[in-house]
Amino acid sequence: MQGNEACAQGAVDAGVRFFAGYPITPSTEIAEWMARRMPTLGGKFIQMEDEIASIAAIIGASLTGAKSMTATSGPGFSLMQENIGYACMTEVPCLIVNVQRGGPSTGRPTAPAQGDVMQARWGTHGDHPVIALCPWSVQETYSLTVKAVNLAEKFRTPVILLMDEIIAHLREDVKMPDPRKLILEERPRPEGGRESYRPFGGSAGQIPPMADFGMGYQCNFTGLVHNEVGNPSNDPGVTDRLIRRLTGKVESHRKKIIHWEETLMEDAEIAIFSYGCSARSAASALKAARSKGMKVGMIRPTTLWPFPEEAVEAAASREIPILVPEMNLGQMALEVQRVAAGRSKVHLLSRVDGELFTPAEILSALKGGF
Amino acid sequence: MPSDIIRYFRQETLPHIWCPGCGNGIVLRDFAVALEKLNYPRKEVAIVSGIGCSSRAAGYLDFDTVHTTHGRALPFATGIKMANPELKVFVIMGDGDASSIGGNHLIHACRRNIDLTAIIFNNYIYGMTGGQFSPLTPRNKRATTAPYGMIEQSFDICRLAEAAGATYVGRATTYHNQLLTRLIVEGSKNPGFSLVEAVTHCPTSYGRRNDLKTPTDMVRWQKENAVWIEKIRDGSASLKEEQFAIGVLHRHNAPEFTAEYLEVIKRARK
Ligand SMILES: Cc1ncc(C[n+]2csc(CCOP(=O)(O)OP(=O)(O)O)c2C)c(N)n1
Repeated sequence: MQGNEACAQGAVDAGVRFFAGYPITPSTEIAEWMARRMPTLGGKFIQMEDEIASIAAIIGASLTGAKSMTATSGPGFSLMQENIGYACMTEVPCLIVNVQRGGPSTGRPTAPAQGDVMQARWGTHGDHPVIALCPWSVQETYSLTVKAVNLAEKFRTPVILLMDEIIAHLREDVKMPDPRKLILEERPRPEGGRESYRPFGGSAGQIPPMADFGMGYQCNFTGLVHNEVGNPSNDPGVTDRLIRRLTGKVESHRKKIIHWEETLMEDAEIAIFSYGCSARSAASALKAARSKGMKVGMIRPTTLWPFPEEAVEAAASREIPILVPEMNLGQMALEVQRVAAGRSKVHLLSRVDGELFTPAEILSALKGGF
Repeated sequence: MPSDIIRYFRQETLPHIWCPGCGNGIVLRDFAVALEKLNYPRKEVAIVSGIGCSSRAAGYLDFDTVHTTHGRALPFATGIKMANPELKVFVIMGDGDASSIGGNHLIHACRRNIDLTAIIFNNYIYGMTGGQFSPLTPRNKRATTAPYGMIEQSFDICRLAEAAGATYVGRATTYHNQLLTRLIVEGSKNPGFSLVEAVTHCPTSYGRRNDLKTPTDMVRWQKENAVWIEKIRDGSASLKEEQFAIGVLHRHNAPEFTAEYLEVIKRARK
């Protein structure tokens, strides 16, 4: 099965029943799969006129209670930014898949890249919560897509799945779980009467219940700063509480959200910190290094945002050097450096030529001792 | 029967933000009267708006409402309607919202003939940002970004919608406000994309700069320049400079998008 197919399958298994998108390499197979399969499940597929419309449509669909998603690549992801912020502000769950390709601009449509890591974090304006996940295999694409949909529902927030061209087009054997055995989350929905319902209420970090359009709660959603009921407000106190509660939803639950995998870190004297397709080359390099007796370990985050600071601790607390191979000019490396705070030497290994790292070049960086 | 539309308002959100003399309140009232006449169960109605003075109307109404992003109300509404075709969806936009930043979405919503009722508050100007020209500002009129007069041609948004495939198109003004209510009612009953242009007056940002000093002058201008389409059709009137047609300007039958998609589901499940 192909990575893009695994993503689409994971999404529908997680309950996604609305897809809107606009064709773009290397994500198009997700839209094509959805066009075929959605109606067989009684779900809806629509090809919109552009990516701005696509994300608008999935937010609209989500307001009616449908689990919704779109899939795109760099240029389309750029176009979606304003409405990603809208979904953060109005707390509308949705999934945005960005299959990264070479940028900036049209860049290299068919070449892999990891250049959108910071855009996923800060692409839309203003302080806002972000959850972004990143798979390194076809199997993991399936499971992280399910997780992404669940997180969106649970925290009433948009979730970004950062794939890359390699993972999207890779074909691997996948062990499909029985979809009926998946644990699926649903957004909290209100139970009491309309009078006491506060669609944007709660204290820092709380996730207020969300009524579907048509349930009879008559809610107002606005991208303006709004009070607990949803009415626009210019009050400094209301503004401060809202922005802190929104970002707090993710920050205060970060331990439940973040996830990383450690390989042979117990006795490691050098750590590799890598994610997505680069981590595949890093894993081969690690094997080769170990066979030569080098004590190399690897930390592979599957959550890029919120940044899994605890993952860096495994290396930084022991003050061992950290190599960060990534297909950009240093985006995650900056975060690793920030957390290491001088305790570990952090070395960036960059590629921006649209080619994957070879295990050999990672190995030689490890040998070089940086 | 005296109209009891106050029950449709979120009274805690009033007074509204509009300037004294603004026509938007009249359009909002006519819309509320249309909702009363349509008498849909309240929970079956969704109201979507873009960004601008006029788009604030959605938040004053006590229904499921979404105040979206500038120009994007129609694709949000498309998602809502497609995901839940049972809902009656109204879309409120300003002239700049609908025809400039949202122009592409407008033509595609028309083309799909999706069952939405769009109400465009046309004040010929960008009100919220203080009087810059919009694609509907007529030639030679002044705006803060056309201080020497507008040199671009303007859209006729009704003809644009018709050409793009809308199945119901009408225009009224804040002077012809009973017509406006009628058009919204008929537009909502039309099973397809309906566009109702509501010519409204913005004394603050348009009238003042264009020799219509008071709201009354602006409404008088509407009265004098609106020509009933029936009179144009039977040859008893023709459009002179500045004049425009009002009434039901266009209607035709065509397949509706969400109904078509339900057929796709049937076909796919066979
Ligand atoms: C992406 C974006 N660009 C610009 C704006 C600023 N803006 C807010 S309202 C508006 C124009 C409003 O004019 P119109 O749509 O005609 O509505 P009106 O205020 O006249 O009712 C603009 C340009 C914005 N909010 N978002």
